[in-house]
Amino acid sequence: MQKLLKWLKPYKNYVIASLFLIFLQAVSELYLPNLMADIVDTGILNKDVGYILRKGIMMLLVALGGTIAAILASYLSSKAAVGFGRDLREDIFKHVGSFSLAEFDKFGTASLITRTVNDVNQIQMMTVMGLRMVARAPLMGIGSMIMAVYKDAKLSLVLLVTVPFLIGIVYFLYRRSVPLFEAIQKKIDRLNLILRENLIGIRVIRAFNRSEYEKQRFEKANLDLTETSIKVNRLMSWFMPATSLVVNFTIIAILWFGGIRIERGTLQVGDLMAFIQYVMHLMFSLMMMSMAFVMFPRAYASASRVIEVLETVPEIKEPENPLEPEEIKGTIEFKDVTFKYPGSAEPVLKEISFRAEPGSVTAIIGGTGAGKTTILNLIMRFYDVTSGSILIDGIDIRLLPLGKLRDAIGYVPQRVVLFSGTVEENIRFGKDLRREEVERAALIAQASEFISNMEGGYNSVISQGGKNLSGGQKQRLSIARAVAKKSRIYLFDDCFSALDFKTDAKVRAAIKEETKDSTVLVVAQRVATVMDADQIIVLKDGRIAGIGKHEELFKTCREYREIVLSQLSEEEFT
Amino acid sequence: MSIGPRGPMFHGRRPGPRGFVGGPPMVRPAEKPKDLKGTLKRLLKYLRPYFFQIAIVFVLVVLANVFNVFGPRIMGDITTELFKGVVAKRTGLGSKIDFGYILQKLTLLAALYISAAFFTYIQHYLMAVVSQRMVFSLRNEVMGKLTKLPLKFFDSRTYGDVLSRITNDIDNISTTLQQSILQLLSAVVTLLGIVAMMLAISPVLTFITLLTLPLSIAATMSIASRSQRLFSKQQAVLGNLTGHVEETYGGFNVIKAFNREGDFVRAFVEMNEKLYDASWRAQFLSGIIMPLMNFISNIGYVIVCAAGGIFVIRRVLEIGDVQAFIQYSRQFNHPITQTANITNIIQSTIASAERVFEILDEEEETPDNPKLVLKDVKGCVKFENVSFSYREDVPLIEDLNVEVKPGQKVAIVGPTGAGKTTIVNLLMRFYEIKKGRITVDGVDIRDISRENLRKIFGMVLQDTWLFSGTIRENIAYGKEGATEEEIINAAKAAHAHHFIKTLPGGYDAVLNEEASNISQGQKQLITIARAFLANPEILILDEATSNVDTVTEIYIQKALKNLMKGRTSFVIAHRLSTVKDADMILVINNGRIIEKGTHEELVKKGGFYAELYKSQFAVTS
Repeated sequence: MQKLLKWLKPYKNYVIASLFLIFLQAVSELYLPNLMADIVDTGILNKDVGYILRKGIMMLLVALGGTIAAILASYLSSKAAVGFGRDLREDIFKHVGSFSLAEFDKFGTASLITRTVNDVNQIQMMTVMGLRMVARAPLMGIGSMIMAVYKDAKLSLVLLVTVPFLIGIVYFLYRRSVPLFEAIQKKIDRLNLILRENLIGIRVIRAFNRSEYEKQRFEKANLDLTETSIKVNRLMSWFMPATSLVVNFTIIAILWFGGIRIERGTLQVGDLMAFIQYVMHLMFSLMMMSMAFVMFPRAYASASRVIEVLETVPEIKEPENPLEPEEIKGTIEFKDVTFKYPGSAEPVLKEISFRAEPGSVTAIIGGTGAGKTTILNLIMRFYDVTSGSILIDGIDIRLLPLGKLRDAIGYVPQRVVLFSGTVEENIRFGKDLRREEVERAALIAQASEFISNMEGGYNSVISQGGKNLSGGQKQRLSIARAVAKKSRIYLFDDCFSALDFKTDAKVRAAIKEETKDSTVLVVAQRVATVMDADQIIVLKDGRIAGIGKHEELFKTCREYREIVLSQLSEEEFT
Repeated sequence: MSIGPRGPMFHGRRPGPRGFVGGPPMVRPAEKPKDLKGTLKRLLKYLRPYFFQIAIVFVLVVLANVFNVFGPRIMGDITTELFKGVVAKRTGLGSKIDFGYILQKLTLLAALYISAAFFTYIQHYLMAVVSQRMVFSLRNEVMGKLTKLPLKFFDSRTYGDVLSRITNDIDNISTTLQQSILQLLSAVVTLLGIVAMMLAISPVLTFITLLTLPLSIAATMSIASRSQRLFSKQQAVLGNLTGHVEETYGGFNVIKAFNREGDFVRAFVEMNEKLYDASWRAQFLSGIIMPLMNFISNIGYVIVCAAGGIFVIRRVLEIGDVQAFIQYSRQFNHPITQTANITNIIQSTIASAERVFEILDEEEETPDNPKLVLKDVKGCVKFENVSFSYREDVPLIEDLNVEVKPGQKVAIVGPTGAGKTTIVNLLMRFYEIKKGRITVDGVDIRDISRENLRKIFGMVLQDTWLFSGTIRENIAYGKEGATEEEIINAAKAAHAHHFIKTLPGGYDAVLNEEASNISQGQKQLITIARAFLANPEILILDEATSNVDTVTEIYIQKALKNLMKGRTSFVIAHRLSTVKDADMILVINNGRIIEKGTHEELVKKGGFYAELYKSQFAVTS
């Protein structure tokens, strides 16, 4: 929590000024009962109307001053807390941007989004509340305490009994209810899980005639949730009546003992009235603080999640002494590359060596988990190799500036990612391209036809995640985006399998022409896709099981033959 | 001053997806229900079973608040007595304070407070039960409704939307029932009680206090409307920012690969700045409402102090009356702002209820009307002049005639997204055909119950659906009351037994929420085992096996082959070998069946299928 104070530092003056103003406001608030006591004890007793009016005007001025202080405090605290939230949000976003995939995967997309948006908002809200109410409550509490003791120290002994009592009640309910609230959250999650499963699996449930069963499953979880909710709410039913009873009995006690002290002449009536008002302020402050205690754990959880992100140090950095070749030609060489994902025991790639030249196509085939995608990720330096090295044009990629390296690569991921914006913006993707170049890329990716069928053509807007396009269409735009880059190196990660046979063949034919001078790496599932590659790398459990051309591998490599036979019937192959 | 039942509460509203950047509810824009009266009436119907409890709660709320309202008055009497004693002492009359009187009053006060506290406790206790029971049955009703809704409903809505209605909206209803209703009622009772007491003490002072009322209403309204605008603006900007973050993180590797980090950061900073601007203004405005209200209340306080003091001197009022009046006037503004708050909350609750009722009002599936029970099916499936479309204006299938003999294999082929699942939807009666009929062994599938039909058809789809639970439970899903032996046999037939044995826990291994602890291929094997266990006469299956490693893929192939043996089957085919073996091929494009026939026939025809086939072959040879 303290670690976040660093981000609050630029607003130190705002915070101090706002706290001071809140203090002023508290003082003014506390001064009012004192003035009232004067009206009663001096004004009324002496029947001095002029005095009463003078004091009345003074009270108005004090109240006005307090209000102005409060408004200024609100202005300063809003700027400080929201500014703090803004800076924190920006730094997290930038910091995440510096992550390599290793750090990114550690958190996961959904979690990082929550941390950047929701958690920061939670912290910001807590800061606003903290600067306003929570700061005010102790000030008011302590101030009322001092005023009460000042008015009548002996009478304030009553508080010694009742205040611990109040704190005890709050603490008891807090202790008892927190585990129940946690249980409720779990039960809500369970109910949501069942619901989600029901929505997603609706066809299967209907197909197996299990609606009734699912209904019962839901009702059971629902009952469970309801029973715990009733339990915690019954417990919390104590809170309000118990606390107000304590407060009210405090006042009764003060009236009684105060009466005795007035009888003895050691207290005045106006002071007793003021005393009661101070006690009320004190009790309210205590309750405000107890509320803050309830809010605190949530903000604390958010803060630790945010800090966890900020303290994660990205593994991959720009080289300290980069080599800057004039131009990247595109020869890729893997030398004994072994790679282990952070935190996993087994390497996914073991002693991989191969060479891919410009003008050639290298296909990578193998089962899931064999490490195909990992090879591409390593070339782009999303991760760094555990041992061995990857060279481009003979230079270790760890010595190349990241921007330069990635600029030379045209990449089509397995899972299509499109961004909100127009079709053209998605193909151009930051590059300064002429419209004809965009159209040419679309043509190669066999996307021209459906783009021109869209209402706005190249200016059609793609919604977030590309929901208004079919899977195949999205895949083709993703291919067009890579092709438009006119790179020296192309990495295609299993991007053709989402296309139907016909389009797949057309796209590959067109790309072949376009990439004839570049180094091309294709990860594939379909044998048909890899058959005419210049070299095929067969991966099995992270090792190269075979490397060579189709005919040769079919004869010599058992793994390759298995894959081929599982996909094509014997007759088709021969 | 007594703390009525409106003080700080512990139960916080759980932040829903709508507006997690809160702010006082008063300044948050309220959702407006479409039909306030109708929905309210309908919501009240759900409370009818609890009429008795609610009636008690209402009586208790009134009593507790009336008792609380009397508190300051009695305290005032005590003060008056004390003051009299002091004055008497000063004037030398020497009469003492009457402690007997004070004790009597204090006892009365204590009795009032104890009973008020007790009543408050009973209210909360009863309402906790009533509100939870009510939402319990509402949730069950919605769930029951979901089981009766046609697939069309699920296909046309996002999961998130339905989920949010059942969880957040119903939750909203429960919180409001539990807290806001009580708060509203007690605010109204307190307000009336206070005004009555104030009038009883001094109509003139009451009039003066009421003068501050328009002031506070005007101040609240003008600031609230401004800050509402700002909060909606903040919400909109936040929405954009969240979208941007989602997009950036979602496309993280692509952005990195294309060196676009800088652009995305720049866009973020710009949106973040806008968010800052809207947020601090909104926070500032919402932050000054309290001080302003406080100031207005203080004006009243000062006037009452000064005027009351003068009245006491003139002997119009007793000092205790003034003290009581001060307390009443300080409580006076609170119920008013609270009422405004709660009206907003209640409005948004009604809007929530409306969304829930929308689901309850959805049209249900046409009820089953079984004329007979179909048993010992041979597996002859016929489409006779079938027409179907998802939307009235876009006809998909028109006048389709297909005859499948027992044991035959039908391959459904076509490009991705061409609508191959339509056939599945029709066979399983997920959707109803518009014209013609589909028969199994000569019986119209609408003449048997859905349950009967779905026992005949088995389904293995590409999107494997497993629920969180053990592997055994997931396989047993295929048949109610399946024995251990049946489950293991099914797993063996599906080539799943072996890998299940290697899992920690074996058949008792628990699948986690996303079932990410087993691979995609293994999931498919479990789904196949499930189908084996169900032992249907006719099969519908999707042979797509993307993201599956080769070894598992071979297992899946074998398992599917086993499963199809001797059964009529409809296969969404992805392999030419399957297609060539099929007794009939249905070629689908853009949702329509455009060709049908055997492989040879279709190749000879030289249409869409021939081209599809050739495009694959051109690469192979």
